[in-house]
Amino acid sequence: MSETKEKKKDKKLMRGSHVLGEAAIRAGCRAYFGYPITPQNELPEYMAEQFAQMPDAVFLQAESELASINMVMGASIAGARVMTSSSSPGISLKQEGISYIAGMELPAVIVNMMRGGPGLGNIAPAQGDYFQATKGGGHGDYRLIVLAPAYGQEIADMTRQAFDLADKYRNPVMILGDGMLGQMMEPVVFPDPIDPAQLPAKPWTLTGCKGRPSRIIRSLWLDVNREEELNWRLVRKYEAITAEVVDQEMYLAEDAELIIVAYGTAARIAKGGVQRARAMGIKVGLFRPKTLWPYPSEPLARLADQVDEIIVFEMSTGQMVEDVRLAVEGRCRVSFYGRPGGVVATPEEISRVISSTHHRAHPKKVAGGRASGGSRLTVVG
Amino acid sequence: MKKVFARPESLKLTPFHYCPGCGHSIIHRLVSEVIDELGIRERTVGVPPAGCAVLAYNYFDVDMAEAPHGRAAAVATGIKRVRPDLVAFSYQGDGDIAAIGTAETIHAANRGERITAIFVNNAVYGMTGGQMAPTTISGQVTTTTPLGRAPLRDGYPLDLSEMLGIAAGSVYIERTSVSSPKWINKTKKAIRKAFMVQLEDRGFSLVEILSPCPTNWKMTPVQSIRWVEETMMTIFPPKVIKDVA
Repeated sequence: MSETKEKKKDKKLMRGSHVLGEAAIRAGCRAYFGYPITPQNELPEYMAEQFAQMPDAVFLQAESELASINMVMGASIAGARVMTSSSSPGISLKQEGISYIAGMELPAVIVNMMRGGPGLGNIAPAQGDYFQATKGGGHGDYRLIVLAPAYGQEIADMTRQAFDLADKYRNPVMILGDGMLGQMMEPVVFPDPIDPAQLPAKPWTLTGCKGRPSRIIRSLWLDVNREEELNWRLVRKYEAITAEVVDQEMYLAEDAELIIVAYGTAARIAKGGVQRARAMGIKVGLFRPKTLWPYPSEPLARLADQVDEIIVFEMSTGQMVEDVRLAVEGRCRVSFYGRPGGVVATPEEISRVISSTHHRAHPKKVAGGRASGGSRLTVVG
Repeated sequence: MKKVFARPESLKLTPFHYCPGCGHSIIHRLVSEVIDELGIRERTVGVPPAGCAVLAYNYFDVDMAEAPHGRAAAVATGIKRVRPDLVAFSYQGDGDIAAIGTAETIHAANRGERITAIFVNNAVYGMTGGQMAPTTISGQVTTTTPLGRAPLRDGYPLDLSEMLGIAAGSVYIERTSVSSPKWINKTKKAIRKAFMVQLEDRGFSLVEILSPCPTNWKMTPVQSIRWVEETMMTIFPPKVIKDVA
């Protein structure tokens, strides 16, 4: 069999939620705690079905998101590769535990398949939880590593990466998707499974104090000097993560005069818009952050020196756009186009946004006169 | 000379921060003695609460994991589910277990989690300065019920242990006290039995212990012990609430 045929054979057509579950199991995840909420139920259902065949694995449907994130905390304390998943309102409920997990420096993988909000919102795909995911969400000074897959294959790869990063940095990692990514079926080649017994030992877990002094895992530091040092130690860790983990995709960016920035599902729509606009002769490219925290500010800043304008497209009223403006620091104009509330824009729509932005920035060379003249009314004042 | 009384191995040589007359230090010692006697110190993980006993991890010489307020049953569940060979116990006050942590506790009991809860009931929020607790008795003056707890405004004292007895997965629930040597001995027996239920892999076990809080009750230690026996015990009578072990 040729190599190509071999690969074809390994390729599986699966929906995003199932891809994530399978990739988690292959990453050595043997504990899952969750609570039902649409649109991510296919993930816990997949974990339940698979773990039912695996005697060493724990699936538990908790009584609430609060309970499930605290079960995640306990499982992580005891050394397991552990995951929970939910959708926007449920992730809000988990924030208390996420803050503790970050403060206790525990590895855990948290999946948010975002839906429309605020409040109960709806069950359609949205990106309104960007602030919550990247700016803290819970109380106190902490950061999650936030990965934003846009393709089935990337869900498989990033899920493996999420567990590795969580263990490496002893930090919670969030995979930020949406209802569309979770539902869409795509062909995927999975990484080889890891045997959890072969993973590096964690010398900090609570497994009983046999043959060693007893250990404490906590987040309470009544001595302000120790609490301050914890905070600065976390900052040093976050700086190391920022130096090592940042990732992005650039598409047709080399000669671009205009860049559209989008992540996840919005980036796939934007890519379609870029292709249509290119066909119209507009030199536009896509910048897609694959890590939302840490944010790929430096590569974006370099692009900002090259282009006339950056358009940020989000399925929200404008959250990531703030990080884009911070990265760009006034090097070029930054505009925003958003479709919040669960509305999924089309590539045609994005190509129209690109083309209108392009024409405003690039006056048309019209034969026999200046483009700004003609019959258009000019309002002065 | 024969040594007849010593610090349990499961208790660190650290002075307690608890107030004079508080029951926590007695209960810490009883739990430590039981852990020693059962020979499980090296495979025990304790989960203290938010509350006066939040610093319990400084006293117990076993692996200790701090839980968010009220979530000890869920944290202990996570530990025990992935490491069933460990012995997991939570140590919680009345506000922690019977107000903010009611849901986690009832569902852990109902699932028959193989964990043991030590529930210290002193009818008041101690750490935060004496506010009304779910177990504050009717008429009791606290900083948030200055005229006394009025049930139709503030709710009735909640008997969580009786509720947990109804849960099908609970195996052993007993209410005791540390208000006298007799009760202290009974409490130790109950704690031992509660750990045995877990060691025998039978289900959820809990010991509720009535415990004096002279500081927040604005009483002397002697008065507070009398109040446990003469007043608290009428609302929360010590008894075996459930025993299917």
